[in-house]
Amino acid sequence: MKKKLALVMAVVMTASLALAGCGGSKADATTAAEGTEAAGTEAAGTEGGKVLDVQVGPSPETIDPALNSTVDGANMIIHAFEGLLKFDKDNKVVGGLAESWEPSEDGLTWTFHLRPDLKWSDGSALTANDFVYSWKRVADPMTAAPYGYDLLNQVVGYEEASAGDIDALGVSAPDDNTFVVELSSPCMFFDKISAFAVLVPVQQATVEANGEAWTTNPETYITSGPYYMTEFTDGSQIVFQKNPNYWDAANITFDQIVWHLIENANASYSAYQQGELALIKDVPTEEIASLEGNPEYHVEPIMGTYYISYNTQKEPFDNPQVREALNLAIDRKYVAETIMQGTYSPAKNFVGPGVSDAEAGSSFEEVTTATYGDHYDIDNYEADLEKAKQILAEAGYPNGEGFPAIEYMTNDQGYHKPVAEYLQSAWAELGINLTINVQEWKTVSADRRAGNYQIARNGWVYDWDDPSNMINLLETPNGNNDGKYSNPEFDELVDKARMATDAKDHYDYLHQAEQILLNDAAMCPVAYYNEFWLQKENLKNTWHSPYGYWYLMYGTLE
Amino acid sequence: MPKYIVKRAFMAAVTAFLVATLTFFIMNMVPGGPFLAEKAVTPQAQAAMEAKFGLDKPLSEQYITYMEDLMHGDLGPSLKKRGRTVNQIIATKFPVSAKLGGIAILVAVFVGVPLGSVAAFNRGKFLDNLIIVGSTAGIAIPNFLSSTLLMYFLSTKLNLLPSMGLNNPVNYIMPVIALSLYPTAYIARLMRSSMLDVMGQDYMRTARAKGISTFKSIFKHALRNAILPVVTYLGPLLASLMTGSFIIEKIFTIPGLGSEFVGAITSRDYPMIMGTTIFLAVFIIIMNMIVDIAYAYIDPRIKLK
Repeated sequence: MKKKLALVMAVVMTASLALAGCGGSKADATTAAEGTEAAGTEAAGTEGGKVLDVQVGPSPETIDPALNSTVDGANMIIHAFEGLLKFDKDNKVVGGLAESWEPSEDGLTWTFHLRPDLKWSDGSALTANDFVYSWKRVADPMTAAPYGYDLLNQVVGYEEASAGDIDALGVSAPDDNTFVVELSSPCMFFDKISAFAVLVPVQQATVEANGEAWTTNPETYITSGPYYMTEFTDGSQIVFQKNPNYWDAANITFDQIVWHLIENANASYSAYQQGELALIKDVPTEEIASLEGNPEYHVEPIMGTYYISYNTQKEPFDNPQVREALNLAIDRKYVAETIMQGTYSPAKNFVGPGVSDAEAGSSFEEVTTATYGDHYDIDNYEADLEKAKQILAEAGYPNGEGFPAIEYMTNDQGYHKPVAEYLQSAWAELGINLTINVQEWKTVSADRRAGNYQIARNGWVYDWDDPSNMINLLETPNGNNDGKYSNPEFDELVDKARMATDAKDHYDYLHQAEQILLNDAAMCPVAYYNEFWLQKENLKNTWHSPYGYWYLMYGTLE
Repeated sequence: MPKYIVKRAFMAAVTAFLVATLTFFIMNMVPGGPFLAEKAVTPQAQAAMEAKFGLDKPLSEQYITYMEDLMHGDLGPSLKKRGRTVNQIIATKFPVSAKLGGIAILVAVFVGVPLGSVAAFNRGKFLDNLIIVGSTAGIAIPNFLSSTLLMYFLSTKLNLLPSMGLNNPVNYIMPVIALSLYPTAYIARLMRSSMLDVMGQDYMRTARAKGISTFKSIFKHALRNAILPVVTYLGPLLASLMTGSFIIEKIFTIPGLGSEFVGAITSRDYPMIMGTTIFLAVFIIIMNMIVDIAYAYIDPRIKLK
């Protein structure tokens, strides 16, 4: 009889152990790099800056440059790949794999001269033909690159290429060191576009041999930049090793960067405090109050605006006066500094800090303030509120009388819900009754896109440093025009800015366009994005760009 | 018995088919889609991606294609983790979760069963009360709380244990405690009440009257009968622990399957939703079947038909 009991236990145990057993070997196989945790602690202390352990986000969806559309992915891609051009510490465009470049006089032909003797991480030669292949791959409908259209639609032949005839794309390699791009219309900031992480070269041989799986295996992830990959354990860590074949390898400081793919902010904070990590992006919001003033706590702007979309096709939001009244009744300073704990900055206009203007080193936002004055007086909210009440009365709703009950749609992440609750109380000052509709994130995105809402949370982080990237969102045909705003005068200005060949004109048109959006209350800017993170004081010479990328390759641990 | 197994296998296939069908259609009714992002991809890119993965076809056609592939054991490509198939993701991540879950189950059984038995033998005494209070707490504390507390004290404050990954055996300590807390407490309670029930039975009194030692009567007669409810509970427990816990894996940065269940749904990665759901369903069915068969071995009065 005892035998049978033993048998039962045996069945149960084998069920768990058999599976557990086979698991062990596999897990071991993928974690080839031994004792990275120990390495991390050493790096923070004794070893003198050879290994860097960081957390800049959870597992990236993809680290295939062409397929990537996230900041998390881009952060790794800029360490593994280099494109024609790149950004320096001051966010200026500098040569990457190309040492010089020039647009033609009409702005339609851009020629890039590659550095001599470039190599892939596997040691094989990297030539201009690799760029031709890679750019065509981004345009190829079979690649289905999320950013294909945004980046390449102004290249000659993009339409044919995106329909399947990829050789129609206007990119060519007259010789091994020259790469030429032909544009169908001039683009002021094409240098910034060619520095975009999606357009880095990828090796044709490995992509063709392995398909989309080339990025999931260290052996087939052939790179062109400072690092190559030695381990990829989804949900755990990615390990990058210094690439000796990179042209500028002499200036790369860390031999190894370990990206810890932690999803939970408390977990990353705990690992940071234990000294296992030298930099973490995900800091628990509860800790922020206690971190202020701490030299390890950094807050820097990234190019992006947190705003609210009104469904301008629906009453009462089809009336610009109503929208403006709602816009003015918000105490942006209180929202950014108190509700959002200073992790955002109050929005004075639509385009925020970090975005350039015509002159080198100038800021679009500063020029707006100097030329037009700030639209929202963040230091004197009371005055704006009085104005709001007056405008609402003019619109036919004195003290909110007769104003219909309205609904605000948002998802519950970060500060979204506290902001919604603030709006409820702020608009109550106007006599308006707001209900909050909290939905799951994908539902918010889908309903907002389809126009199934009255007011909704929205936000945008720039893809490249040009105000058009934000302002164009409100263009009539734009896929991200969630408010369905439409104004022919505005559309015309945006179009003129797009076609301009002179920098001054380009930015002038965009300033005028922004003023229309603000005066028309096409949407409601609330706050500008900041990035906040923790970084050990002994980690130096790294920088964070307004794109939200960390540049760790030149860093040192002292 | 073989007849019974064939019958159960057939029922299992029907259940799995129903689960797959229902999941497929419910999933497609939920708003949003895999390529919908905060930042809109252009209609061109959206169309290209939908065409690439066959999402532009009518739903009925997609369903038939999916079911055909499923028959061949092909769960399709992940739409979010491009370059990986659902089969690959399950094959690399399930073993991690299974190992952790398996250890947690062993802990739960080997701690829970003795605790429950000890409580039963000391009914009404201090030890019994202590175990009851402890197991009530174990059931009441949710694992996100227990794991956060463990991490806070053992890792952040005292710096005794590493807070992430599974590289070394010590890394298992905190997740295993967090995972096994609830089942241990639950098993202890189950064991206590069924042991009390068994000890009051006539055959136990007979055994004692015949002069069998306490030790022998407990191990030979009481334990075997009292453990039945625990075995019943083990089926679903095995399935749920071995397929991973969303919360524990997030908190301790464990590359297991648990986080994929939820992640797939929030990102609307359709093949991943289908793959993980079907996998879990089949796993539960198999575990329950094993438990039912095990029943017949433990208790000869149970006949499988």
